[in-house]
Amino acid sequence: MNVQRQYFRREGDAQPEPFIPARNPLEFFQRDRDMHPPAYAPIYKTSVSRSPRKALLSLDQSLSEITGPVFGHDDIGILDNDLVKNYAKTGDPVGERIIVHGQVLDECRRPVPHTLVEFWQANAAGRYRHKKDTYLAPIDPNFGGCGRALTDENGYYYFRTVKPGPYPWRNYVNSWRPAHIHFSLFGSGLAQRLITQMYFEGDPLIKICPIVHTIPDEEAINRLIAPLDINAAVPHDCLAYRFDIVLRGRRSTLFENRLEGN
Amino acid sequence: MSQALGYLKETASQTAGPYVHIGLIPHMAGFDIFQNNFGNVLAGAETRGEHIVIEGRVLDGTGTPVRDALLEIWQANAAGRYNHPADRQNKPLDDGFRGWGRTGAEFDTGLYRFETVKPGRVPGRGGRTMAPHVNFWVVARGINIGLSTRMYFADEAEANAADPVLSMIEQAVRRGTLIAQRASRGGKLVYTFDIVLQGDNETVFFDI
Repeated sequence: MNVQRQYFRREGDAQPEPFIPARNPLEFFQRDRDMHPPAYAPIYKTSVSRSPRKALLSLDQSLSEITGPVFGHDDIGILDNDLVKNYAKTGDPVGERIIVHGQVLDECRRPVPHTLVEFWQANAAGRYRHKKDTYLAPIDPNFGGCGRALTDENGYYYFRTVKPGPYPWRNYVNSWRPAHIHFSLFGSGLAQRLITQMYFEGDPLIKICPIVHTIPDEEAINRLIAPLDINAAVPHDCLAYRFDIVLRGRRSTLFENRLEGN
Repeated sequence: MSQALGYLKETASQTAGPYVHIGLIPHMAGFDIFQNNFGNVLAGAETRGEHIVIEGRVLDGTGTPVRDALLEIWQANAAGRYNHPADRQNKPLDDGFRGWGRTGAEFDTGLYRFETVKPGRVPGRGGRTMAPHVNFWVVARGINIGLSTRMYFADEAEANAADPVLSMIEQAVRRGTLIAQRASRGGKLVYTFDIVLQGDNETVFFDI
């Protein structure tokens, strides 16, 4: 096709370029902060003195935000995704054996492959293996309570653990956390970095938890509640819960200028 | 009604909580579990560039150190290139320099510390070069969504004055919250960078 025929060009003009709707095709969609807890959420008392009060400065993303650390299989060990075995000393930990599995997607429904997922939790009695946790429930000698996995090429991850117990915490006098597992995700760029918590379907403590309800959007809360996935259970061995995680989308879906593996 | 766009919604953030150390830096929780741990030493002896220490504290609205904060940094190497496939600049990568580190504030003092190299300049938007900077991400109990900020270097006054991000900060007085002071101590170059969560000297945080 002869491009020059389509419109008038003067001698010496630069070659015309096709229209491309985005000049920065690798940048992430703006974060929808209505889905996230605000920094200042007085029902969660600790947030009161730890919340910035000035407006965040909105930053057009540069290389500093669209890049981020890359992890590989050399970074993790073979038992890192098995909390039943990765701290076992004299036997398996006490508790309800479960698999937690799911897919890490972006807002364009594309899998996020080869990304690091880290998780940590209390033991079945609701006690953390942490020198600052003084709850009277016992430490389990066979349970560390942390693990990590890389998603596969389709964004899937899984790990085996025991179901964590609820525990009391100092907010109101009688505040209890619902059973939960903490998750940390990197995605493929710094702007996708996220820490969140997974809850369990049917837990009556969810609806009265101040930390859960720092999130202003009921649907966003529901997306943190993992349903029982009986089809993924291993008969006579362990139950399964499914927890899909969504990271921010990026503009490369619209264009040809894609990253390898992205 | 209209057609549905079909985008998913980002998963909501939740606080990292008081026991974040278990998952991300278990040695600070008081136990040893992984063969490979992520830590606060980004640069080895062979890493090219000016070797520096970054240290400071995270302070809450009362001026009290946040002793359970977790901090991560992400930076370019000394040549000004990020170790990531989206950075296609024609600059050398440095073997073994990922450019990322993680640590917790000390439970006693609230001090954090990174050992790294000073990053080079990287291009910003619209062809403007950014001054050397280190990207910070901070979480803790009471922080509902991770906080993003940047550390710039006091000895780069000229580059800082031309930096497109620092220039966006409307109140000049607030730019200083992002600039770390340089000192020499015990034979090391130390940059001090305190992060103030709230109050008169509140650090500039970014919505990236």
